[in-house]
Amino acid sequence: MTQIDYARAAKYFLLQDFVKGFALGLKYMFRPKATLNYPHEKGPLSPRFRGEHALRRYPNGEERCIACKLCEAVCPAQAITIDAEPREDGSRRTTRYDIDMTKCIYCGFCQEACPVDAIVEGPNFEFSTETREELYYDKEKLLDNGARWEAEIARNLEMDAPYR
Amino acid sequence: MADFFTQTGLGIGLLMVGQVLLIMLPLLLCLAFLMYADRKIWAAVQMRRGPNVVGIFGLMQSFADLLKYVVKEVVIPAGADRAVFLLAPMVSLVMALIAWAVIPFNEGWVLSDINVAILYVFAISSLEVYGVIMGGWASNSKYPFLGSLRSAAQMISYEVSIGLIIIGVIISTGSMNFTGIVNAQDGPGGILHWYFLPHFPMLILFFISALAETNRPPFDLPEAESELVAGYQVEYSSTPFLLFMIGELVAVVLMCALVSLLFLGGWLSPVPFLPDGFLWMFIKMLFVFFCFSMVKAITPRYRYDQLMRLGWKVFLPFSLFWVVFTAFAAKFEWFWGIYARWPM
Repeated sequence: MTQIDYARAAKYFLLQDFVKGFALGLKYMFRPKATLNYPHEKGPLSPRFRGEHALRRYPNGEERCIACKLCEAVCPAQAITIDAEPREDGSRRTTRYDIDMTKCIYCGFCQEACPVDAIVEGPNFEFSTETREELYYDKEKLLDNGARWEAEIARNLEMDAPYR
Repeated sequence: MADFFTQTGLGIGLLMVGQVLLIMLPLLLCLAFLMYADRKIWAAVQMRRGPNVVGIFGLMQSFADLLKYVVKEVVIPAGADRAVFLLAPMVSLVMALIAWAVIPFNEGWVLSDINVAILYVFAISSLEVYGVIMGGWASNSKYPFLGSLRSAAQMISYEVSIGLIIIGVIISTGSMNFTGIVNAQDGPGGILHWYFLPHFPMLILFFISALAETNRPPFDLPEAESELVAGYQVEYSSTPFLLFMIGELVAVVLMCALVSLLFLGGWLSPVPFLPDGFLWMFIKMLFVFFCFSMVKAITPRYRYDQLMRLGWKVFLPFSLFWVVFTAFAAKFEWFWGIYARWPM
């Protein structure tokens, strides 16, 4: 003779779980939304956020990159290609600085390796394109990004500096 | 002019087409917004925003979806039975739509006031299962076939209990006509005179069976995305898929109308000093639809054996008992005769 749990049976027949669930559902209906209205609203980004790459310049307009090729060496995805030769004034500069953004894994090793803070990953994450070719970034594109995002990049580097 | 519409064959035909359109067009228009409301309610419970891009507050979302479905390519799988494959969604939609012929929206607002209206609706909703079976079989593919078999078994199981539940109401009323059933719920008691009070357990059972009958969550096993991809709809795309979707939703709204008519007093006003009318019917249907949406949002999917156990071992005996109980209560006028409403 099995014992019948009457309390449990009553709960089952009175659909207690569903009544509770319904009340909970109604309560949650009027909670603030957890989702963002994305293109119009964006979530906060950390100063360490690793987004689209940029090549920076010094305030006097000189490129920071000295073609040491540490970033090329450290890149685990081998997405960076650098060619370099001395300029007329004798300083070492890159003649070619390409990043294949389709290979890049956004690990941030390039900016870690850079001794002069030339290559950085900026806060921009909305750089999708319609063709693959547009994602093969060259030096011109990267310097252009640097000019466009310099204010944000400089602020992020400054905010993150105490922890480095 | 009046003679033309009542005497000549062409006139009568035109009048009937007009009446059909008068029901179908507002129904389909409401459907678009109900689908939107369904998604919005679902989203709100999950603290999401839901569709909010197309039109103001996303109100035009359903029309954008409609356009998207219609302009897509109709893919017919190789090896599929073309005729049956394309017939299935039409059967599904047509069966869902023609049941509305006997649903009254107000005193006298009914396309065809037949005296076996409930039987008609019941027969038509039994035929709906053919759309599903044909769709699954004609796809010539594993998952749709399994999905359609599940769906067929599920719909047939719950039809049994729906039938028994309806018998209880019929015994109380002594009529199978919806207008008769609603009028039987009219009385000095107002809202207390509606069938949801004497037949309260049956209201709950009917609601749950309606969920299963229309393949709504938590009984959406035919579509069980996690197991069967999308059930019998896997191979469907474009307009045929849209027809299945519309057919399914029309069936849901039909169930809302049935709940309102059988248990919630149809177009009768719950407030004594307000007049009865179409608006009350509309509000009640909206309320039931809201419950449908909420259930979708708050419940997990049943396992197949749980579904069958619930249908055959809980609902069937309980509704059968209720039929017998109602019969005795009506015959001997227990509980001050609230179970006996036929004109004496």
